Amino acid sequence: MRSATSATVAAFAAAVGPPEAGAVAAVGGRTQWGAGGRVSADAREVHAPAGIVAVEAADMTVRVGAGTTVAELDATLAEVGQTVALPAWDGATVGGVLAVGHSGLRRLGWGPVRDVLLEAVVVSADGRVVKAGGPTVKNVSGYDLCRLLVGSLGTLAFVAEVVLRTRPLPQSERWLAGDADAFALVERLHRPAAVLWDGTTTWVLLDGHPADVAAEAELAGLAEADGPPDLPGPHRWSLRPSELPALGAGAGPGPGRFLAEVGVGVVHAERPPPSRPIDDHVVELHRRIKAVFDPDGRLNPGRDPLAAAPARAG
Amino acid sequence: MEGATPSIAGGRRRQETAGVEHEERRDAATLAADLRAALAPDRVRTAGVELGLYGRDASVMSGSAAAVCFPLTTDEVASAVRVARRHGRPFVARGSGTGLAGGAVPVGDPVVIVTTKMDRILEVDPVDRVAWVQPGVVNLDLTRALAPHGLHFAPDPSSQQACTIGGNVANNSGGPHCLAYGVTSAHVLALEVVLPDGSVTLLGGLDPEPAGLDLRGTFVGSEGTLGIATRIAVRLTPDPPSVATLLLDFMSVDDAAEAVSGIIAGGLLPAALEMMDRRITEAAEEFVHAGYPTDAAAVLLVELDGLPAGVEAGVERVRAIGLAHGARTVRVAADDAERALLWKGRKSAFGAVARLAPNYYLHDTVVPRTRLCEVLRQVYAIAERHDLGVMNVFHAGDGNLHPLLLFDAREPGVMDRVHAAGEEIVQVSLDAGGVLSGEHGIGLEKRDLMPLLFGPDDLDAQARLREAFDPDGVANPTKILPAGSRCGDLQSVPEGVWV
Repeated sequence: MRSATSATVAAFAAAVGPPEAGAVAAVGGRTQWGAGGRVSADAREVHAPAGIVAVEAADMTVRVGAGTTVAELDATLAEVGQTVALPAWDGATVGGVLAVGHSGLRRLGWGPVRDVLLEAVVVSADGRVVKAGGPTVKNVSGYDLCRLLVGSLGTLAFVAEVVLRTRPLPQSERWLAGDADAFALVERLHRPAAVLWDGTTTWVLLDGHPADVAAEAELAGLAEADGPPDLPGPHRWSLRPSELPALGAGAGPGPGRFLAEVGVGVVHAERPPPSRPIDDHVVELHRRIKAVFDPDGRLNPGRDPLAAAPARAG
Repeated sequence: MEGATPSIAGGRRRQETAGVEHEERRDAATLAADLRAALAPDRVRTAGVELGLYGRDASVMSGSAAAVCFPLTTDEVASAVRVARRHGRPFVARGSGTGLAGGAVPVGDPVVIVTTKMDRILEVDPVDRVAWVQPGVVNLDLTRALAPHGLHFAPDPSSQQACTIGGNVANNSGGPHCLAYGVTSAHVLALEVVLPDGSVTLLGGLDPEPAGLDLRGTFVGSEGTLGIATRIAVRLTPDPPSVATLLLDFMSVDDAAEAVSGIIAGGLLPAALEMMDRRITEAAEEFVHAGYPTDAAAVLLVELDGLPAGVEAGVERVRAIGLAHGARTVRVAADDAERALLWKGRKSAFGAVARLAPNYYLHDTVVPRTRLCEVLRQVYAIAERHDLGVMNVFHAGDGNLHPLLLFDAREPGVMDRVHAAGEEIVQVSLDAGGVLSGEHGIGLEKRDLMPLLFGPDDLDAQARLREAFDPDGVANPTKILPAGSRCGDLQSVPEGVWV
């Protein structure tokens, strides 16, 4: 068996400590600190190790400490023409964006955050170092604990070090904007990286071979743009893609000022989302899963993956 | 035991009773009668020959079932689970039985719940690009039904003419086209499941960020140990506007393997990147006459898709990388018919093997793409040491090896050599930084090899997850995790299983 424990991971495990060490909160870049509710003030703060352990450029994977910022990781990967499909909000850490699980604006083209994580070395609630998943791009060896960890808000274990799937940086990319029908565009274009809509204006991000980007841009019939608009906030809605057109109709309380990720269903909105009923059996499964992984409730107390709360400060 | 209502309290009971919640186990005749009352008389089978048939899957392992039933609806699946529990029996879900790791082999005289009669495509929504299907829908049938919409279901395992979507979910199945598009987990949005206590719920959702933990992703690949999927919302992928398929042939396996590493390292993301060595290429060529070069040491089948300029540039990059690594010829399929023919050879490869040996054992490990060449060399050396024929046809772009060991099961003692060689192949894959399985799963086949990849604390975490879903250990017990994975776990190796 290959040991995943390095000195920095062991030090992080020691900082988390045994159950007697009491409540602990894992802190990343605090960019989505409100997600899932506030952590109890009496929880002791710990920080996952930072630093890039190994860039496996030829294998399109990278091993990195969870405390590393996504921006630093992306800068290092850019040197070998690669990137990771994680949102690089200013100061956000790899561990933080995995814990929250929210994707960035390129999800339509690049896929969700949960598909990026291949292996996670975590510290369990009793201070042990535990490995989930494996370093290869394909792996069905046992239960997919990595999927369970993404979006778990650090309530089941604290991520210390991860192996992520990288992807080639696009050869070219171009933002466009205009008043074309966003919903028709998402059907007509082939795998655009993003299609955004605020009820009036449509933004499109195309990436790929320059000639393809040019041809798709012509098809889209939009003007060049500098980039996406500022995201309304602080709320984040999750709708079926086919529910998005109704956002512009102004029925019900509505999102207020919004920007919808067309073809995905994420809506960045001023107002909170309508509450969603959660099946009792799902609630019960959450309770049992929390009970087996963190029986004393010492990891990020106060956070609840089922709780709706704005991720970003307003 | 009084009132065996499924409950979490059963978790404590489990430790006392070694794995399966034992209400007084009643006789098989009463079990069959109760199942018939819950389903329909003609959809419950207990005849010896049928129990024997459902005692196996496509692996070399076998077990025995107490009864086999064929539900039509979610309610019937839930009823079957509850009947099994009332009788103190575990249950095992089963699709077409094409699994290679023994995941559907019944252990401990369970009720086998076969989903193949739940074979309807319930809804296709081209706007949300999602289809709701029952678990018994055959993979290829789904993709054929989607063709008029310009959409498809991306996972395409070699068994796609027979395997079911439910089975794909259970095993997190892959296939050649999962290189760019991802395995089943990336293509399942929501699952209606019958949990091990017989209750029904929905995991995941059609919106991008369903509330709570990703229980959908956790369920996919759990090999029937967390419950039974009864309705599945699969993500549909738009057919690419442009596709190119290339065949490159090499005079050495090393060169072909190095070319694969070169293509991945070159930042290309082919839709598929498959490798076949000489013996399998010969067999496939005799079988389908795809025009494969039978004197080459290895061929690569590479597919690029997307928008036309990117595909065209990709073809030239692959050609250049191939030639730089010693490719003898690079053939680009001229049209869809030629593309289909090139793929037909690859997809018929396993069928073609029957001409070479009475039996074969198909392995499944993954190694980093940079280590393919050295691991392949070791695979050939291992087979030679054990005096077994071997051929390699595999998802090279993922590093997902599929060595086939050829043998004649009538030869005395040959299975020992086959198993020994298999374990060595697993070990060299792990030594290269790889994993136990890329797409076939752990099941029974690799259960006892799990400690080679995971330490006691790692296995304990997996066992905890299972316990949260199935505190009484009734859903496909004894699979995936070796005995003793969880503290206080008294589960023992069942009798009557030939592993």
